[in-house]
Amino acid sequence: MINLRINGDMRAVDVPGDMPLLWVLRDILGLTGTKFGCGIAQCGACTVHLDGIPVRSCLLPVGTIGERAITTIEGIAETPNGAKIQKAWLDLEVIQCGYCQSGQIMSATALLNVTPNPDDADIDAAMAGNICRCGTYVRIREAIKQAAKSV
Amino acid sequence: MFDATATRAGPTRRTFLKAGAAVGGAFLLGFHLPSAMAANAETTVFAPNAFIRIDRQGKVTLIMPQVEMGQGIYTTVAMILAEELDAAFDQVVLEAAPPNDALYANPTFRIQVTGNSNSVRAFWLPLRKAGAAARALLVEASARIWQVDPATCRTDSGEVFHDASGRKASYAALVEHTAGLTAPADPPLKSTANFKLIGQSLKRLDTPDKVNGKVIYGIDAMPPGVTFATLAACPVFGGKVGHVDDSKAKSLPGVRQIVVLDDLVAVVGDHMWAARQGLEALKITWVEGPNAAVSSDDVWKQLRAASEKEGVTARSVGDATGALSKGELIEAAYELPFLAHATMEPMNCTVHLTADSCEIWVGSQVLSRAQAVAAKITGLPLEKITVHNLLIGGGFGRRLEVDHIDKAVRIAQQVAAPVKVVWTREEDIRHDVYRPVYRDRLSATLSGGRIVGWKHRITGSSIIARWLPPAFQKGIDIDAIDSAADIPYDIPNLSVDYVRDEPPAMPTGFWRGVGPNNNVFAIESFMDELARKAGKDPVAFRRDMLGKAPRLQAVLDLAAAKAGWGNPLPPRMGRGIALQTSFGSYIATVAEAEVDEAGEIRVRRIVSAVDTGIVVNPDTVVAQVQGGLIFGLTAALYGEITIDRGRVQQSNFHDYRMLRIDQTPAIEVHLIKSGEAPGGIGETGTTAAPPALGNAIFAATGVRLRRLPIDRSLLAGRKVG
Ligand code: FES
Ligand code: FES
Repeated sequence: MINLRINGDMRAVDVPGDMPLLWVLRDILGLTGTKFGCGIAQCGACTVHLDGIPVRSCLLPVGTIGERAITTIEGIAETPNGAKIQKAWLDLEVIQCGYCQSGQIMSATALLNVTPNPDDADIDAAMAGNICRCGTYVRIREAIKQAAKSV
Repeated sequence: MFDATATRAGPTRRTFLKAGAAVGGAFLLGFHLPSAMAANAETTVFAPNAFIRIDRQGKVTLIMPQVEMGQGIYTTVAMILAEELDAAFDQVVLEAAPPNDALYANPTFRIQVTGNSNSVRAFWLPLRKAGAAARALLVEASARIWQVDPATCRTDSGEVFHDASGRKASYAALVEHTAGLTAPADPPLKSTANFKLIGQSLKRLDTPDKVNGKVIYGIDAMPPGVTFATLAACPVFGGKVGHVDDSKAKSLPGVRQIVVLDDLVAVVGDHMWAARQGLEALKITWVEGPNAAVSSDDVWKQLRAASEKEGVTARSVGDATGALSKGELIEAAYELPFLAHATMEPMNCTVHLTADSCEIWVGSQVLSRAQAVAAKITGLPLEKITVHNLLIGGGFGRRLEVDHIDKAVRIAQQVAAPVKVVWTREEDIRHDVYRPVYRDRLSATLSGGRIVGWKHRITGSSIIARWLPPAFQKGIDIDAIDSAADIPYDIPNLSVDYVRDEPPAMPTGFWRGVGPNNNVFAIESFMDELARKAGKDPVAFRRDMLGKAPRLQAVLDLAAAKAGWGNPLPPRMGRGIALQTSFGSYIATVAEAEVDEAGEIRVRRIVSAVDTGIVVNPDTVVAQVQGGLIFGLTAALYGEITIDRGRVQQSNFHDYRMLRIDQTPAIEVHLIKSGEAPGGIGETGTTAAPPALGNAIFAATGVRLRRLPIDRSLLAGRKVG
């Protein structure tokens, strides 16, 4: 049994320690908001937070997480920056198909956690690991700036 | 507001069975509205046609004939229906249409299909009529109760008003009084000046659940007892399974079953991780078949040879042969590679098959085909196949195919439990139906700074011949010639012909931008070459040829002005223009790019001016053009699928690259106000970006790019002013 702290709840899962967190979330726990895009840390669709820091869950063995708090898209509204980012995303109509957006929102929230007023270079550095096939990047940039300004 | 689980065929189908008797076969003749449902005194739901249901609690349910894949069509369709219905927009509830060609066929294609940027074009009038007919019935019901002339009533936000007497009634209260009324065949439509919703940037209805992980895509389906599978099809197209050694895979924890079919092997497990581990542990010997030796070189050799043949004439004006024999003949050939779709949501399909039923969870652009393919494989009648069409994590044409459904149903035939079949990204890239390779040969003659002779030969696969055979007539693929046969320039002597050439090994399919992608790239690149030959500015040269295309002239002028066309730029930077009339929309695009000494390209800015007729939701149109431009830039800068020994060589995002945020230019989209019928928009940006960028790179470096993706080695070390 592996114990995980996910969005504030303790969950015990009976899975091999080398199983990536992504599949534990999706297939074992039914938290399907975190997405599979590539499986090789190239697209960012599977991004979650460990203690507020963004990680690609598709390559993260669940046995290595330990005590660290996992936050997924389902729990991000509970964090102040997460709620701001979600609101800006809707206000600016960032989203198209939406499949990449769980990961985009997780990466953007993590950016605001460490850089409250990001400039374009900060945004590029923090968000370049997240692919959006629908091409919503122009609005992602704007929405991050708007969220940073909001109180 | 959108309930993804409300897409099941059951309840919706029941509603229409009830309506069915009154509807009869009317729909089969095209897209007529049914007469009012034969209702009786205990009518609890007002369902005047296939698109609208109003219950006595006032809930207005709008049925979405087109699928949402990020293009905002749910909101757009709801706006059109609600506009003519005069419903309160914040109270509408959306429901995906069940598979039913008779009720929901796309009027253009006669089957349920979302594609070719045609949703608004095809459904604009039918949806307005559906809304207007329902509204007329509600007005008639209230006028009867009040014993007044219906013409003296008006509607607003879900209520009927009789101003003279100060009376009003909600649509909900009128539901029971609609029994026995017959919908007018040709209800009066609002004049565009009276639109309240259309033309506003209303908030999208599908997005709130996309910021919190709640939205359910096909890949998120979790029916009770679901098992998880992943698969490997023969890496060589057309190959078969030879021998499978599963001794190691079988013993892995979580692996439940190995399914070996004629053309693929799948591993079923307790979760995707077990399935993947199992698949990797298999030792599979393939019988590679006739394509085992095919390489990209073979593909290009065959295509180039085919392009030397005479094609089938798609359009002929004046005397092209004569005009091309006088003066200097300018010739160029352009080539486009295979492309994969790489939708963010990898291909997947969940199936629960029992002895007498088949339930499918999937995201599909062709709902009735999804149902039909399952019926064919299982032998079950259509009504035993329930398709839950979930939201789509990117379509771009990929989900116009049903191969993923075909494979999943065949796997499900071997599995006792519901099974979710998820492709790895590698499988997704290597078993796509690819945007075909194309070769375009163009030649022209000039006189007095104008084009006098023009010949365009398009050579490539016919997707239409496979996908919609009745539309493939007399050797002409209407998609492959789109935007070439109807070239907007006023050229007195012109000939366009098409050579169908199916590439070896590779299956081909529709890809965002479809035929116009190829043609607009070739034509707009060639126009730039001709402008230089004529010694004219590329904007002025085009403008002078647009005498018969005033809408295009207007967007050209707007884009040029907004982009600062003609303003000086620093060395190594250039601007390029491209025009198009594809999908019923008129677009001019200016790209501004910089090329460094190593040949690396930085796209700095893109300005598009767009006339797409009446705009239902301006912000959605802007978003589609922005996203489409980025899709097109990705193709121009990186996109290429190659094959070696019959195998696709790319596999994932490291070798099939996507544009990322740090390479994304500033994008400006300017809409022209228009009262013309709406045009299509979803694919336009994708078509616009590559030629605009290629022309900008020429302006920056003097290097003409006639193939995509852009070959940096041609640009490297280039000394420029
Ligand atoms: S799925 Fe993890 S980065 Fe793509
Ligand atoms: S919104 Fe579709 S991939 Fe980003």
